[in-house]
Amino acid sequence: MLLSKLREALICVQAGRVTLPYPFAPHDPAPGFRGKLSLDADLCIGCGGCAAVCPSGVILIRDDAPMVRTLHFSLARCTYCGRCSEVCPEGALAHTLEFETATNTVDDLELSLDVFMGPCQRCGRCFPPPTSMEQLPVRGFRADTSCARAGADLPAPGLLDLWAPNGVTSAVDLRRPTP
Amino acid sequence: MLKELCRKAFTKSLWVYHANAGACNGCDIEVIDVLTPYYDAERFGIRLVGSPRHADVILVSGPVTRQAAPALKRLIDAVPDPKLVVAVGSCAAGGGSWFDSYATTGGANETFHVDFFIPGCPPRPEAILYALAVAMGLVPKKAAPEHLRQETLEELAAGVTHLRRAG
Repeated sequence: MLLSKLREALICVQAGRVTLPYPFAPHDPAPGFRGKLSLDADLCIGCGGCAAVCPSGVILIRDDAPMVRTLHFSLARCTYCGRCSEVCPEGALAHTLEFETATNTVDDLELSLDVFMGPCQRCGRCFPPPTSMEQLPVRGFRADTSCARAGADLPAPGLLDLWAPNGVTSAVDLRRPTP
Repeated sequence: MLKELCRKAFTKSLWVYHANAGACNGCDIEVIDVLTPYYDAERFGIRLVGSPRHADVILVSGPVTRQAAPALKRLIDAVPDPKLVVAVGSCAAGGGSWFDSYATTGGANETFHVDFFIPGCPPRPEAILYALAVAMGLVPKKAAPEHLRQETLEELAAGVTHLRRAG
């Protein structure tokens, strides 16, 4: 009985102090950790591949102005799966080692990027750069379809005409890609 | 005044009641990790209690399913004021993958006021500790909204090549 207590005391003394000094000293995660998303504005071409694959619908794409496409990230619901950075053809999206994102308001977890979509030198119309990703229909979680689900105001119908494939007349038809 | 009172009242031991509102158990495991000797949240006076009536803080994990929402609301009403509600994990912070599902309410702040959000899927034990430290005023908050923009055609023509941060 006494011997077992002594043995226990010996084990505790041998182990020493194991508690990390964490909040007062940094404790970085191992390399390869998927932390907060970082977006390189220089590299992004606005193809929308990330929005199409994001399982949490973090990324919204808005075409509010003729030459500007806005990517809006609501990182509060990001599940750090890494599919967006995997699919990004330009390597603009990457996961950092940053994990200290706790906040008292969700507005702190918003990230947005205005992508300038270049106009054609001849006709003056706007087009995304022709990459293989661009060939995919951008139908994932677009702002207009999410607005339709949320019952919010839809963007002007003229904007839909820019992106809707032939035969699609309303935002609801754009909801999900057909299998 | 209430804010000041809360700050004073919460400087020492926080008693935490942990409520799972449809979580996958990932966040719950990380919360238990925080209480182990390795991370040791108890050195800040934080401990889990068995009843919401004893608690100062409600730790909500999970996307708050429709089934859980009324019960969780009653549970939070049972906590004496002043109280803090902390949402742990991406599900509680914003709904996670289920933010628009018919079966969930899409995050804890859809149902009631949440004072603190800890995103992560699941958050690292360090991230939870960091949130505690921020809530107690030990370290500054790092997260901030970010708005990036690329240069427009006019700016390109004018030779502005660097990216500017707006807002």
